[in-house]
Amino acid sequence: MRIETRTGVWSVALLVVLAVVVLVSAGIGPVAITPSTVAKATLNGVAVPASVSFGQASVAGVTLPTPTVGYVHPFSFPVEGSHQTIVTTIRLPRILLGAVVGFALATAGVVMQGFFRNPMADPSIIGVSSGAAVGAVAFLVAPFAFPFGLGLQGAAFVGALLTAFGVYLIATEDGRTPVATLLLAGVAIQTFLGAVISFMLLHSGESLRQVTYWLMGHLDNASWGDVTVAALLVPLLFFVLLAYGRDLNVLLLGEEDAHSLGIEVERTKRVLLAVSSLVTAAAVAVSGVIGFVGLIVPHVMRLLVGPDHRILLPTSALAGAAFLVATDTLARSGTAELPVGIVTAALGAPFFLYLLRTQEVRSV
Amino acid sequence: MSRRNGSGETGKDAAIRVDDLVVELGGVSVLDGVDATVERGTFVGLVGPNGAGKSTLLRSVSGLLRPARGSIVVDGVSIAGRSSKAVSRLVATVPQNTSLSFDFDVRETVAMGRSPHLGRFERFGDDDERAVSEAMARTDVSQFADRSVTAVSGGERQRVLLARALAQDAPVLLLDEPTASLDINHQVRTLELVRDLVASGKTVVAAIHDLNLAAHYCDELLLLGDGQVLASGDPESVLTEANLETAFDANAVVSRHPVTGSVYVTALPENHRGDREGRVHVVGGGGSAARLLYLLDAAGYDVSVGALNEGDSDTETARSLGLDTVTVPPFAAVDAETQTAVESRVRDADVTVVADVEIGDGNRANLDAVRAARSLVLVEERPFAERNYAGAAAAETYAELRERATVVSPSRVVGAVAAAVDEAQNPTDAGRNSDATRSAQSSQSSHSSHSSQSSQSSRSSDHRS
Repeated sequence: MRIETRTGVWSVALLVVLAVVVLVSAGIGPVAITPSTVAKATLNGVAVPASVSFGQASVAGVTLPTPTVGYVHPFSFPVEGSHQTIVTTIRLPRILLGAVVGFALATAGVVMQGFFRNPMADPSIIGVSSGAAVGAVAFLVAPFAFPFGLGLQGAAFVGALLTAFGVYLIATEDGRTPVATLLLAGVAIQTFLGAVISFMLLHSGESLRQVTYWLMGHLDNASWGDVTVAALLVPLLFFVLLAYGRDLNVLLLGEEDAHSLGIEVERTKRVLLAVSSLVTAAAVAVSGVIGFVGLIVPHVMRLLVGPDHRILLPTSALAGAAFLVATDTLARSGTAELPVGIVTAALGAPFFLYLLRTQEVRSV
Repeated sequence: MSRRNGSGETGKDAAIRVDDLVVELGGVSVLDGVDATVERGTFVGLVGPNGAGKSTLLRSVSGLLRPARGSIVVDGVSIAGRSSKAVSRLVATVPQNTSLSFDFDVRETVAMGRSPHLGRFERFGDDDERAVSEAMARTDVSQFADRSVTAVSGGERQRVLLARALAQDAPVLLLDEPTASLDINHQVRTLELVRDLVASGKTVVAAIHDLNLAAHYCDELLLLGDGQVLASGDPESVLTEANLETAFDANAVVSRHPVTGSVYVTALPENHRGDREGRVHVVGGGGSAARLLYLLDAAGYDVSVGALNEGDSDTETARSLGLDTVTVPPFAAVDAETQTAVESRVRDADVTVVADVEIGDGNRANLDAVRAARSLVLVEERPFAERNYAGAAAAETYAELRERATVVSPSRVVGAVAAAVDEAQNPTDAGRNSDATRSAQSSQSSHSSHSSQSSQSSRSSDHRS
């Protein structure tokens, strides 16, 4: 079967799985709601931009035309008001955020494992998560406001990108970035940032609980704003990475081989590193440090669909989305709600060890 | 096969031209002014010691390393500043070792060879599919196209990589040690395949550390040493003892392989001259003495040999070892004059060794000459009767020689010669048995009548003890 066909079949199947997981998950909680009601409530929430009208607004003394978009709700199924509210304003934002974050982490995991030709690589291997954590913790602990009106997510995002860029600069010499140097620089920077975070924790006082909670990885308090930003950014970046699927395959053969097969190795590495760091940063900024999704999901999908990145990337992304929605449902359906990072690690680590022992973690 | 196409168009239509190439790695210049031209449709072997710059030259031609100076032109296109995509359409590389530890199957791996021809959003088309199938058929890997590359043997993997390079559809193929980790049947199979590719128009440059394989399969060789071209041209002109000495700092013997007819290099142990002293004359022929000559020469003895026919394999060996050789024309009998020449060497020798040689009318005179020997070692693998074609007279002579000789099997010759030489050179030490006494006497008599060389060595060994 051609790779395009296989990719299509697997992607459709996993999209169905994701849809089912989302529907079921939105029905689970203190108020149980049937999947059909969830579906209706979701469709009721769909808004389609239908008209644009221009009004006048005055900015700094200049009068500018401002667009106002009119939305049409094409569906109006009869759904009990409280159920409608629970589904569209409480559960769906969280579930969709989980889906986007899972999608992003699994995507970045695939790319990093291929990039480093190392099955133990995960999205935060070059310190992206640590950088995000430093940004977030600083925001929560520091007694001053951040410049440019950065919020918590903004601070985490900036921290993540600064760290990734710093590690890249440290590991680059004469326009070449040896993968091994990058890996070691990442480890060193992560350790250093770990110390910075610990130091800030000591001085966090009142906000200690909030900081710890953020660090554990969580999806609650999700707003439609977070979801919208992440859901626009992540798929866009995903398609950039997917366009590099063939290059990632060839890079698995080693950089010299990749060069002789016509890949501009250093340029490709820069693109992959930058885009996957952005993807990871977007995920970590809105959800904190959620471990193991980016490690386990690519592994399992590689066992199922093989190492070709053209199929591995989309299937891993969709599976990551479904996996994180499912684990978050588990995390919030207990008597006391847990941060989802605890659940993914608690499930992921034993599963990983199982793979390790059964020799199924062979190679990238 | 530029040699065969004639040299008229040399250089004009070259597949690769390297001019004054200087490549530095970590501040050390690995290639230091390399000039080379590879004609279209030839198979050029890159030979030279480890660290000579073979891989560096290949990696420069594939555009992986940026030269500090000089130019590389492939197929009329200078590769400096070209994108790797553009270069990879001109030059395909078969790497020495590649990390094929991923579960791509063979077909997928070969298909990666098409990547220079595909745009980022371009689909794998029918042309690509055809190129992959052809490459796999050509290299005989089609039958395991669906197997994982991690599950094929070393020889098969080499062919898969070759198929990948063929799918790349570039006029020039670079091979880095294509036979390095293969067993001999796969070495030959791989190089036969490369040979076929060259015959169908590809230009191949391969770094090959096995000089004999290189000599046999390549049209031309380029000998690198210390980052420079020491010699280039056909294998005979490149693989000379002098060149090998310079490049490898090794003591090698160059001959022709009896079966393939190719230049054949044999490396001898570096410190091959032992410290034994004394003169030894050897009677052999038909290859019976070749190993013996090498061993005695290696032990340090001053070895002479004869009489042998020109063209005899023992003659070849003796010449390649640079020994004093008495010869007669091919198939000619040993005449009286030659017999005298042999006799004088036998007299000069401390010990004379007769190899397990077949005796006929032609070389019977050698046995007669050996009668003059002071001390005698006979090598017997077969009884003399089985290798005597010269009748009763020869048998009689041999029996007479055997009477006073040390008779040994081929594996003990050097020990026997050592003992005999010691006795011959230290007569005072001897006298325990009649043989020893006799050889001591003959030794003394020869001191007075003949060579000063012999007495010198005798003196020096006295001095030693």
